[in-house]
Amino acid sequence: MTTFAESKRMPGSEWLKDRPRLLEAVYRGSEAGLRLLYPVLRRVLPAGWTERVFVWTEEVSKGYLFNCQMCGQCILHSTGMTCPMNCPKNLRNGPCGGVRQNGNCEVIPDMPCVWVQAWRRDAQMERYSGEILLLQRPVNRALQDSSAWLNLLEGVDAQGPPGWSAIELE
Amino acid sequence: MGNSDRTPEASQGDSRSGESRLRRVLEAGQFAVTAELSTPDSADPQDVFANAAKLGGVCDGINATDGSGANCHMSSVACCALMARAGYEPVLQISCRDRNRIAIQGDLLGAAALGVRNVLCLTGDDVSAGDQPEARRVFDFDALQLLRTAEIMRDRGVLLSGRKLTTPPAYFLGAAANPFVPPRDLRHLRLAKKIEAGAQFIQTQYCFDVPVLEAFMRRARDMGLHGNVHLLVGVGPLRSERAAEFMRRRVPGVHIPDAIVERLAKTPRKSKREEGIRICVEIIEQVKQIEGVRGVHIMAYRQEETVPEIVERAGLLREKPTV
Repeated sequence: MTTFAESKRMPGSEWLKDRPRLLEAVYRGSEAGLRLLYPVLRRVLPAGWTERVFVWTEEVSKGYLFNCQMCGQCILHSTGMTCPMNCPKNLRNGPCGGVRQNGNCEVIPDMPCVWVQAWRRDAQMERYSGEILLLQRPVNRALQDSSAWLNLLEGVDAQGPPGWSAIELE
Repeated sequence: MGNSDRTPEASQGDSRSGESRLRRVLEAGQFAVTAELSTPDSADPQDVFANAAKLGGVCDGINATDGSGANCHMSSVACCALMARAGYEPVLQISCRDRNRIAIQGDLLGAAALGVRNVLCLTGDDVSAGDQPEARRVFDFDALQLLRTAEIMRDRGVLLSGRKLTTPPAYFLGAAANPFVPPRDLRHLRLAKKIEAGAQFIQTQYCFDVPVLEAFMRRARDMGLHGNVHLLVGVGPLRSERAAEFMRRRVPGVHIPDAIVERLAKTPRKSKREEGIRICVEIIEQVKQIEGVRGVHIMAYRQEETVPEIVERAGLLREKPTV
């Protein structure tokens, strides 16, 4: 039996992860801060550096807090502040039917199922609670390793695949 | 048979007519029976026909698994195409494990062209469950994105890219549900999400624990979901307590209560098989009473010959074609 790449399982902070309300507040604060900071950074920094700064900051902060996998299209606030890309099946609308009776992952037996945690934490959230019920569109794999913050601010991929958006706009 | 293209006589009507027969049975309010075909480790179409022949007379639909348990068998598209040609009513299982979105959309078109009218959209067991665990896992889509994409292709007549289809596929779309694994108290919400994504019918994981199913159905009914989807409960005969233990350990997502394993263990060796069938029939009789259950899906892996007996003993036989 293969084990899932150990390198992809950074320890992160379990204590923080179990405080979705706090993380939700941090999320909202950082979004507002970034909206202010972004135009300034772009003016001050040489071309290409803004992205570098964003990617690095995200890797460090979200990496520590959420084991962020840098998919470049963050939906943390809709998934109980639990990173869905930690699910070995990359589910964005989980959990799958393979969850073990002890609530652990089908693929990594000693890891709690990301989606069991996500649903539990979603219920504890304030503003975004219930967003876990939203149908998440397919992942844009071309955005892997880019900055989700930058993609959000610049509206990169805001629409998703044309066929998919057509039905969303109805 | 030689190299000719002849296929066995159809035991039922012509599947190439546009509409899903499974859908007609369900919409007519009849208690539906579907079963799972063991897809062969073979390149011979006769192996598919032989398995389908055991099921065709008593089932409203036959599922062809897509590399179940992450083990390689004949592809589900091919098995379904062969069954459609022979006049059976195939249900195409598509999992997200092995193919990316380009391949999946291509298969959805191809299967429709070959006469397949029912699709069951699955996440899929992980590669680590199978006998080639060194394979790459794909999971480009998840089950819900797959469902919605199939719905978009059917209803909007476009691919995900927005490119137009000259003839869209006409699919009766299904999804799986597993009420028996955590988070059990939230599984009905995932069912709701699947219905929103386009599921018209549901086939559940093996049910060996009826009270858990009852609780799930109660929550689903409270949300009014039972009126929006045709739910078929997965059942199957256990050969022995050893088979039960194997499934518990090795097949992802299967929950078997100790009471059932013990009951099989206490049964003398010669009658274990019969006892497994009896348990299966008992479960069918119980789930049939639950409001919102519209049929059963019988998974008798490598023992298809037991399916007609199970259907008959559970009192589910009826004249076919029915509608």
